Amino acid sequence: MTRFLASRLLQALAVLLLMSFVITVLMTLMPGDPVDMMLAGNPRATPADAARLKALYGLDKPLLERYGHWLQAALAGDFGFSRLYAQPVLTILLPRLGNTLLLLGAAMALTLAVALPLGVYAARRPYGWADNAINLFCFAGISVPAFWLALLLILLFAVELQWLPASGLGPVGGEGWWERLPYLVLPVASLTLASIGGYTRYVRAAMMGELRQDYVRTARAKGLGEGRVVWRHALRNATIPIVTIVALEFGALFSGALVTETMFAWPGMGKLIYDSIMGNDLNVALVALLFATLTTLAGNLLADAAYAGLDPRISFKGDGA
Amino acid sequence: MAAFTLAAALAAAPMGSPAFAAKDELVIGMTQFPSNWHPSMEAMMAKSYVLSMARRPFTAYDADWRLTCLLCTELPALDKGTAEVETRPDGKKGIKVTYTINPKATWGDGTPVTTEDVLFTWTVGKHPQSGYSNFDLFARDIVAIDAKDERTFTIHRDKAVCSYAEINDFEILPAHLERAVFEADPATYRNRSKYETDTTNPGLWFGPYRIAQVEPGSHVVLEPNPTWWGAKPAFKRVIVKSIENTAALEANLLAGQVDMVPGETGLPLDQVLAFEKRHGSRYNVFYKPGLFFEHIELNLDNPALADLRVRRALLHAIDREAISKQLYGGRQPVAHNEISPLDRVHAPGYPIYAFDPALAAKLLDEAGWSERRAGVRHNAKGERLSLEIMTTAGNRSREVLQQVLQAQWRQAGVEVRIVNEPARVLFGDTLEKRRFKSMVLFSWISAPENIPRTILHSSMIPTEANNWAGQNYTGYRNPEMDKVLEDLEHVCEPDANRALWAKLQTLYAQDLPNLPLFFRADPFILPSWLEGVVPTGHLDSSTLWIETWKAKE
Repeated sequence: MTRFLASRLLQALAVLLLMSFVITVLMTLMPGDPVDMMLAGNPRATPADAARLKALYGLDKPLLERYGHWLQAALAGDFGFSRLYAQPVLTILLPRLGNTLLLLGAAMALTLAVALPLGVYAARRPYGWADNAINLFCFAGISVPAFWLALLLILLFAVELQWLPASGLGPVGGEGWWERLPYLVLPVASLTLASIGGYTRYVRAAMMGELRQDYVRTARAKGLGEGRVVWRHALRNATIPIVTIVALEFGALFSGALVTETMFAWPGMGKLIYDSIMGNDLNVALVALLFATLTTLAGNLLADAAYAGLDPRISFKGDGA
Repeated sequence: MAAFTLAAALAAAPMGSPAFAAKDELVIGMTQFPSNWHPSMEAMMAKSYVLSMARRPFTAYDADWRLTCLLCTELPALDKGTAEVETRPDGKKGIKVTYTINPKATWGDGTPVTTEDVLFTWTVGKHPQSGYSNFDLFARDIVAIDAKDERTFTIHRDKAVCSYAEINDFEILPAHLERAVFEADPATYRNRSKYETDTTNPGLWFGPYRIAQVEPGSHVVLEPNPTWWGAKPAFKRVIVKSIENTAALEANLLAGQVDMVPGETGLPLDQVLAFEKRHGSRYNVFYKPGLFFEHIELNLDNPALADLRVRRALLHAIDREAISKQLYGGRQPVAHNEISPLDRVHAPGYPIYAFDPALAAKLLDEAGWSERRAGVRHNAKGERLSLEIMTTAGNRSREVLQQVLQAQWRQAGVEVRIVNEPARVLFGDTLEKRRFKSMVLFSWISAPENIPRTILHSSMIPTEANNWAGQNYTGYRNPEMDKVLEDLEHVCEPDANRALWAKLQTLYAQDLPNLPLFFRADPFILPSWLEGVVPTGHLDSSTLWIETWKAKE
């Protein structure tokens, strides 16, 4: 296991290094120079001003040299400053990361809490009226555009009923978690309703496959109760592909939350990544995208570890493959 | 657990949900969040809107578009002796102007605002490593500053310009807080300034309000500044919330989480027109026509557009009155010139291009585009009269306008293709490096009496040789216009100055370097209980006078 972990960590480092270079190259290739954008609104700016600012921000240096400087500083723990926000990258990024993880963590937990029993229930009674109703609900959830659902929730619960706040992280000046909780409800509901459909369908398909397996028939023949057969045996195996999907979803979390974050004015990572790319704020975009890569890698590593827990036949002994 | 949490939250919601804001608190919703807080780094409307509650410039244009003193006691004037033309050591005519800081002006920590702050601000602004984007003002326009005493100082300006009294962009900094930070390392000052690292420090602010809390990307809280020297502001707290999605912003307004949406950086006109129809009775909705000049930039290097007859025909072929009525509810007046009729220097009498399809057809025939094939005009060489029009992708209002223009020009036999780009590309490379083939639809924002030198002077055509500086994206060259633009800066005698402004507007209308469309109107949605908000319609925000805002008795 240790060898496996060490090998995966080394791979992760190599991927992060490669990604940092690729992101730098891609951001540099994108149209729009940061200084030109900065001076676009200033009719008095001269070519000398542009040159001065480009030198100040190190933009006059060749790409490789700029990347080398960034890498050297990053290895020493300095991820640079945001050109747009005039603050250290991590000062901007970490609170946003926390906000997004809170939002997406709650949404993911709620999604699984609903999708698992719903999928299992549908798989046990395929093509019955309940399965059809669940399918209808799932396809509706998958089909509804996220921004429309978010708006609908705001209009219903914030505008019409005035039960819940329409946007923001919490009341101004309110620090307690109970004060902030109502602000989490609508964005979480929006994300959850949109993703329950997909997950329920995965669970249903996986469970239907497992319920047809010989070991399930054997378990039933041995006289095990139906609940034990379904929840302890079949679901355990069906969870393996679900874990893979959850792990893969982790990487898409930040960008996937963009619409929800925008609609609910939730200052998170999705919005930050979008703004930094559009604003040509390389340092922020670079570190934020590396966080997204890191999350994908961590998710996959956790998924691999979870496989071993779920299926004892999977072992990390040997070459760590 | 998650389900329980959600259920608990739902149960708690009515208590936690914000009721309509109390009237001693004002919640403003806008579509942008200020990216940073230093008053002279990275200009953006959202930042200017917020900072105008917590700071005051020396001078600003008011709602009547008159220059006024906000931090100084009196505008300098030649006839009062507080402004005086002088000869610079190089023999050129310069001007010196004397200002006195309001004697009651005090930073939020009680330190008086003095000439030391003025001198320090100039030191920072002209330092090549400070990162100031309006470097020209500090390093070239202002050649010296003499401090007479703690409150009075004289600025020596490089040129004897008529607008000598205006120093709107000289954003004063607190020397007692910022000097040590700047002197420690000017090259990194832009990142280490207390405006970024200690934003809620009272000593940074000296407006009726001071910034008391910042939740990046979410909201800013402003509280009354106890050392403010002017009229006491009415609200105990002003909260500025950022909600970028305009549909969500409207929903927040209806939900009572936001009290008002300002015209400066709020909802688009078409959305407010629809909002007014549905909910207008509950709010005070009004439209302030201003200096946003919506127009079509032309590439005059395009052989078809280089022909004045074609440019005139294009304008005659558009029914701008009908567009204004149908798309903007008549709230957005048609523009016939670069200079707004609301501007003091507007001089009617220039040619106006009314909707006249017959005249448009005649002009196109005369220009050689006389043969119609499948509805599209061709010239004798068999070339199609085919143009491209670009704008910022995703701007729904402009995209609709583009389609209407396309249809109207099609009637005149002009084929127009829509090719839109994201703002960063359009304003980054395409316009700046003049990479557009024919036409770009966007707006200029200006200040009253602003001389459009950077837009119309031939020296302002961006080229590789001048490192793409200047905003004369059309490539307009007219020596007569150049002369007028140059003279306007220093011919200040009222009659002669008026004559130059009239000449500028006539030349513009004759040459049509771009196609004027509309003067944009900023839509404001205010709660019916709020009074005192007076929009300006130009670059200076209405929040510069926020101490006059209050709840109706």
